[in-house]
Amino acid sequence: MRSPLIPEMATQEVQLNETLVHLKTESETLKSKLEEERAKLHDVELHQVAEKVEGLGQFVMKTRRTLKGHGNKVLCMDWCKDKRRIVSSSQDGKVIVWDAFTTNKEHAVTMPCTWVMACAYAPSGCAVACGGLDNKCSVYPLSLDKNENLAAKKKSVAMHTNYLSACSFTNSDMQILTSSGDGTCALWDVESGQLLQSFHGHAADVLCLDLAPSETGNTFVSGGCDKKANVWDMRSGQCIQSFETHESDINSVRYYPSGDAFASGSDDATCRLYDLRADREVAIYSKESIIFGVSSVDFSLSGRLLFAGYNDYTINVWDVLKGTRVSILFGHENRVSTLRVSPDGTAFCTGSWDHTLRIWA
Amino acid sequence: MTIRMARPDRGQHFRPRLHCLKKLEAIVVEMQDTTSGVKGSEQKLNVTTIPHVITGKDIIAWITNKMKTTPEEGQTFGTMLVAYGYIYPLQNHKKLVMCNDTSLYRFQTPYFWPTQKWVAEDSDYAIYLAKRNIRKKGMLEPYEQAHYNHLHEWLNHKWDFIVMQATEQYKAGKERKKPDRVVFDCQERAYWIVNRPPCRTHSAMDNSPDRLIDPNSEEKIPFDMYRRMNLFYQQAIMRSKVKSSVSLGALTKYITTYKTHDSFLAPCLPSNPWQTDNDTYWTLNMRRVDVPTKMRVERWSFSLFELLSDLRGRDDFKIFLKKEFSGENMAFWEAAEELKWGTASSMTSKAETIFKTFLAPGAPRWINIDGRTMGLTVKGLDHPHRYVLEAAQTHVFLLMKKDTFFRYLKSPVYKDIQKKAQNPETHNFSPAQLEQNAQNRSLGIHPITFWEQEEVEKAKAAAASVPVDVKALMSKLDRKK
Repeated sequence: MRSPLIPEMATQEVQLNETLVHLKTESETLKSKLEEERAKLHDVELHQVAEKVEGLGQFVMKTRRTLKGHGNKVLCMDWCKDKRRIVSSSQDGKVIVWDAFTTNKEHAVTMPCTWVMACAYAPSGCAVACGGLDNKCSVYPLSLDKNENLAAKKKSVAMHTNYLSACSFTNSDMQILTSSGDGTCALWDVESGQLLQSFHGHAADVLCLDLAPSETGNTFVSGGCDKKANVWDMRSGQCIQSFETHESDINSVRYYPSGDAFASGSDDATCRLYDLRADREVAIYSKESIIFGVSSVDFSLSGRLLFAGYNDYTINVWDVLKGTRVSILFGHENRVSTLRVSPDGTAFCTGSWDHTLRIWA
Repeated sequence: MTIRMARPDRGQHFRPRLHCLKKLEAIVVEMQDTTSGVKGSEQKLNVTTIPHVITGKDIIAWITNKMKTTPEEGQTFGTMLVAYGYIYPLQNHKKLVMCNDTSLYRFQTPYFWPTQKWVAEDSDYAIYLAKRNIRKKGMLEPYEQAHYNHLHEWLNHKWDFIVMQATEQYKAGKERKKPDRVVFDCQERAYWIVNRPPCRTHSAMDNSPDRLIDPNSEEKIPFDMYRRMNLFYQQAIMRSKVKSSVSLGALTKYITTYKTHDSFLAPCLPSNPWQTDNDTYWTLNMRRVDVPTKMRVERWSFSLFELLSDLRGRDDFKIFLKKEFSGENMAFWEAAEELKWGTASSMTSKAETIFKTFLAPGAPRWINIDGRTMGLTVKGLDHPHRYVLEAAQTHVFLLMKKDTFFRYLKSPVYKDIQKKAQNPETHNFSPAQLEQNAQNRSLGIHPITFWEQEEVEKAKAAAASVPVDVKALMSKLDRKK
């Protein structure tokens, strides 16, 4: 008599479980081996190298402009290459283009969704991209005619299966890189809306991304709720490097100006610096008294200063080399949600849930 | 076109991780310690005496001492305690800030502390509002009334239950002693201000949209995920890494090189437009100035990438290349960039033009690259995609970087522009002048106008640089004869 099927399936399942356990052990072994290899080349700490560098003096950074006009939380902003214009987006669906220097509002668009979490200015200065709870990224060409209805020329480019968390144009107006709550990043052709490349690897919502400022310009870094920061090859869609040292969601990632390192800001109240060539974390910017999450980070032009916006309404300025905090800035009345340094490094802009944006210099 | 996800779309249900809560709670517990905590006292509020009232001043002093920070940071931390609902204000209950004066506060009862595990549900809020309505009709504020109406509509199926709960709670409340009742009412009110903040209140529990993935769940890693991870780890182990001393040294060198160009570390010449409201700095550094600034010219010497990124620098480089009759590398590099960043539909035509101009045997601007790269590139052009010229472009770039760039820096063209470059005087505005500047901020050129101008210039330059077809010219001259 043939033996019943069920015991066979049971053996199969046992085998599968054993293989799973086997794979898990192998994974752990490999992970420690990777750490070992990284540690072998770690012959000096950043602050030791920094001992030879002179300290920074006192800083006087003040709010130089306050941009009022959003009726709700400001979620994201981006600078125009002309160094003075910015685009900002908010919870109520409004996207505003400002000339931050004169504080004039130049364009305004109302999106059909709330929580516009991502916005970006096109390199040419002729369009802006934005998206959020509509799961899409749309491009709005701007116009010199103040009376023109910008929503009429809107172009839907990216489509994700969950909220859009960040978007960025590449070196031209023709491609957009997006990250989403659905756990993926994607590269899109603006003209046709075609998906050029998708990037899978995060195990949870992807919250932020930044393009590498390199001569080849072929990589970008993304950070997510799985506490990982991944570096991707735009051509192949492969994850080429991964760092998992944060203790909570990574809200912001930004490349060091040379492209050889990047900083991240997380809900665990720390900012960290990762060296891409040494393939390791090289600095942690934290203080006992700082316990609220970092929402956004950016470097000053030389890379010496790291500006970080926090959920406790403050901005901390860190000395990247020495690891110390050089300044703390107050002014916002709710969490700082976004922070970007201007293209020529003369100022940085912060957006906050208190409905305003501030320019600091 | 959408990305198809293997995960089912469960909708977004999971609150962003509140990593700070554990530390916050530990501090709040310490603050309430009878010996080493913040000292409280009794305060009269209307007719009732409220126990354990603390002043903002005392709280901030305790925080400042405990965390060894400045009073401003202590105040910031205090504000966060109020914004999260661990402490609530007795006066101005809708403004969730900590004031460094004699303003009165109380510790919130642990029952109402924010925890990751349970969320303030709409049905709880409905019960609270219904209870207030039972106590005294018309007691709800406009924003609460709006909430109430909305909840009444969409929780209608549960409304009997809600009214029943509200009535029970109201009855239970009446049986408490008056002081206890007043205290509980304050606590409950504070809890709902934090969790359902009115329009102008900034509450820390007012969160962004929920996450798709539960941050608190145990990660169940599937079979093939492990396989992929292991493959990734193996590749990562094999990848060449650089010694820390080398890479950190390079990061430090970058900082030192760019130190004087960083507006936060060195003065901006003539002045930072954001600080003085005078935009001369931007005018002097425009795209097409005749005489660039000394700082700008110095920056071109830092790397070929810097030189090419600044279009004014690129112009200067092209002048040098023209003198050396080696402009084709630069032209190819630019064309390859346009291909890489162009629209998907333009790939084929661009690839064709590039092949005809730079790569075909006998092409008018033939570039001299090694045989293997040339072979690969030409083969790839059969099925052009945006990275088809990557190898050739990298080769050309490295050539320019390792050879041409250094000759440029030593050339009369560069030395000339270095001499000509201007060093603007630092502005020294009086307060009155600064006022003037603030009134007369210049509008600059709109990016769209600038872009249109640039397109015209580019077209002119393209027309001017079309390589002379010697054969055609000669035959034209022959025909004239």
